Amino acid sequence: MMLLSRVAENVYWSARYLERAEATARLVEVHSKLFLDLPRAAGLGWAPLLLVTGTAEDVASPTEEAVVRLLTADAGHPGSVRSCLAAARANLRLTRSVLPESAWEELNSLHLWVEQNAGHAVDRRTRLSWTTTVIRRCQMLAGLLNGVMSHDETWSFLEIGRHLERADMTTRVIDVQAGVFLGAGAAQLQPYADVIWSSVLRSLSAHQMFLRSSRAGVSGPEALRFLLRNPQFPRSVEHCLTAGSRSLLELPFYEAPMAACAAVQGLMVDVDVAAMDAAEVHTFIDQLQVGIGTLHEAVSDTYFTLSPAGSALTAV
Amino acid sequence: MWWSDYASPGAWDELIDGQGRPRSGCDGVVARLIQLGPDLVERQRTAESVIHTMGITFSVYSDGTNVDRAWPFDIIPRVITAQEWARTTEGLVQRLQALNLFIADIYGDRKVVGDGVFPAELLSDSVNLRAECMGVEPPLGVWAHICGSDLVRDADGTMYVLEDNLRVPSGVSYLLENRQVTKRVFADLFRDLDIHPVDSYPNKLFELLASLSPRPGDQPVIAVLTPGIFNSAYFEHSFLAQQMGAQLVEGPDLFVDSDDCVYLRTVGGPVRVDVIYRRVDDLFLDPEVFRSDSALGVPGLMRAWRAGKVGIANAPGAGVADDKVVYAYVPDLIRYYLGEDPLIPNVPTFRCHLADERSHVLANLERMVVKPANESGGYGLFIGSPSTAEQRDEVKRRVLADPRNYVGQPILSLSTAPTLCEGDSIEPRHLDLRPFILSGETSYVTAGGLTRVALRKGSLVVNSSQGGGSKDTWIVDPTVTPIRRAP
Repeated sequence: MMLLSRVAENVYWSARYLERAEATARLVEVHSKLFLDLPRAAGLGWAPLLLVTGTAEDVASPTEEAVVRLLTADAGHPGSVRSCLAAARANLRLTRSVLPESAWEELNSLHLWVEQNAGHAVDRRTRLSWTTTVIRRCQMLAGLLNGVMSHDETWSFLEIGRHLERADMTTRVIDVQAGVFLGAGAAQLQPYADVIWSSVLRSLSAHQMFLRSSRAGVSGPEALRFLLRNPQFPRSVEHCLTAGSRSLLELPFYEAPMAACAAVQGLMVDVDVAAMDAAEVHTFIDQLQVGIGTLHEAVSDTYFTLSPAGSALTAV
Repeated sequence: MWWSDYASPGAWDELIDGQGRPRSGCDGVVARLIQLGPDLVERQRTAESVIHTMGITFSVYSDGTNVDRAWPFDIIPRVITAQEWARTTEGLVQRLQALNLFIADIYGDRKVVGDGVFPAELLSDSVNLRAECMGVEPPLGVWAHICGSDLVRDADGTMYVLEDNLRVPSGVSYLLENRQVTKRVFADLFRDLDIHPVDSYPNKLFELLASLSPRPGDQPVIAVLTPGIFNSAYFEHSFLAQQMGAQLVEGPDLFVDSDDCVYLRTVGGPVRVDVIYRRVDDLFLDPEVFRSDSALGVPGLMRAWRAGKVGIANAPGAGVADDKVVYAYVPDLIRYYLGEDPLIPNVPTFRCHLADERSHVLANLERMVVKPANESGGYGLFIGSPSTAEQRDEVKRRVLADPRNYVGQPILSLSTAPTLCEGDSIEPRHLDLRPFILSGETSYVTAGGLTRVALRKGSLVVNSSQGGGSKDTWIVDPTVTPIRRAP
């Protein structure tokens, strides 16, 4: 089965946007719940969410309403759940001929639902049911793709897109959390460290699996180790990279992207996150993110370039 | 119910005759629709939501942007009996045989001109004649592989061919999707009516395209060439590629190498393409030969095609027969090439390049439709009956300035069918029918076609770009006994 470079790129991006929409919805959900747990005196704000999504400068005063709107319903903001789904849909629309029809219908109807119910994302009373619906339907779509499409080259690009986005999102969540404990209000938050780290784990759907695997209480170092290094948990950076490299091996011309992937994995081999302070975690995560960016570029240069003289397009 | 006072004065209604009775062969369908009662409205809503979810759209270009609109669909089917359709199919196949012989002749010896059947001067003025195609002999001798012909019915019930679309006819995906929608909302109604299926079209199209492969025997690589997502028919291009398991490609996805073969740019490197189903107009196909500013085409594509290294459907230049002046000659062409009388008549057509026919058109403008020879989608159409004196003067000026480019036809009162209108009333609306004809080693005609309906009361313009809707078309075998009405 042959796959056009242009179509591969669309498939890759639809997977990334879909994953991003789900992850952003989960962030909002978990943060909303965390708010119910912490006393106001703890001084936890909504600004950290903006840092996760790299949009801190877009909001003058990060009130709950402003931040939640920006991340969920704001059609003018490219990082909102709504925009991510619209972008996933636009990409999938260009790839309808290679993906199962039912996947298109599912995403199209989710997109329409979000367009019609955008207002419910902001209102506290309806917010959790809104985020739950988005998350569930994104997962349904992922399950549908897994269940009905051939695990061919097209599938590999879906997998690579999904796992790169996941790895990226996990590092962002960790980075911001490290930032919270570094920040000015860190002292007031210290008594709630376990609550906050539980929330970090939840925002990556990792809480229950963490408890089962670590058989220890929730603590910063343990949580970090789990989210970075656990080979079995599907959202750990390690697992995402392994899954991504497995998909790369299904493709031709995988040398350059595989090397980029191995380089990021290499960063994690001897690192002892438990011994790091928050500043060191931040520096380390920065390195990981640069590595993930390089991996994306390697994939893009190898497979998506349209030039016949390009590195990948030289032989049949 | 609403059905009791349904009438369509002055037009032939497809479903109900002048006495308010179902037409022969339609009683089964009508009985079921009546049984539905107000539930019909409910099902129309369901159909609309199904269309929304399935993402069946078409794009309209307006105010400088493309807007994606849900495909307009009316739930009440248009019914044709299997007997009538068998005759129509025969007539369409006959027509396409003659048209293909004509195109091959024009790019070959032009016997038709030498024998005085077709005037040479019409060719020198033809905007769709491609000098670059002279002397080319495409596989099977076929040029117009895919044709969408528009059929209309006049007040007396006669079915006419209104035009033949031989360039890049569109609409077949909506024909197929309409049936999908109908099956979802009328599952109970469908079961015991004998309605001919339409689903084999993509498979027939695939077989036709495969037969054009320059590497027979191999599993051919087939690509659907689309201008891209901003084209109004993009939905259809994507749909057909998906249904055929073909590659949906844009110009930049292809390149022609020094061996004159066409290649796809894939993640695994270049892969040779055998057949291109192009949905890009001739002039944009190859910037080396036609418009050099075209970014939609593939440099060298004509070279590859002329060298026989790639099959292209429809063949470049096939549009020479898609011209409303050529249309006027089709009955003569059928007689000339096949020695047969046309099975489906043409609408009487007056050619403005001939002085006497032109003066007839200009003297009767109020009762005429005046069409430019080379527009499609209903653009540039003049309809006499609602026109103002100013508009008539304007069209007269245009005709006199360029007579070769205009034909006139009497205004037909297009047939109607019951349509669910605003306020949930059932009213007659005018419609036409676009069947699709495939020509290759054998011929295939769709079971029915795309019924397009003018949703505005009294309107004769059915184009979806201008407020038209659509209906599912049922070819029904009336020999199946209708259900008995509940006592």
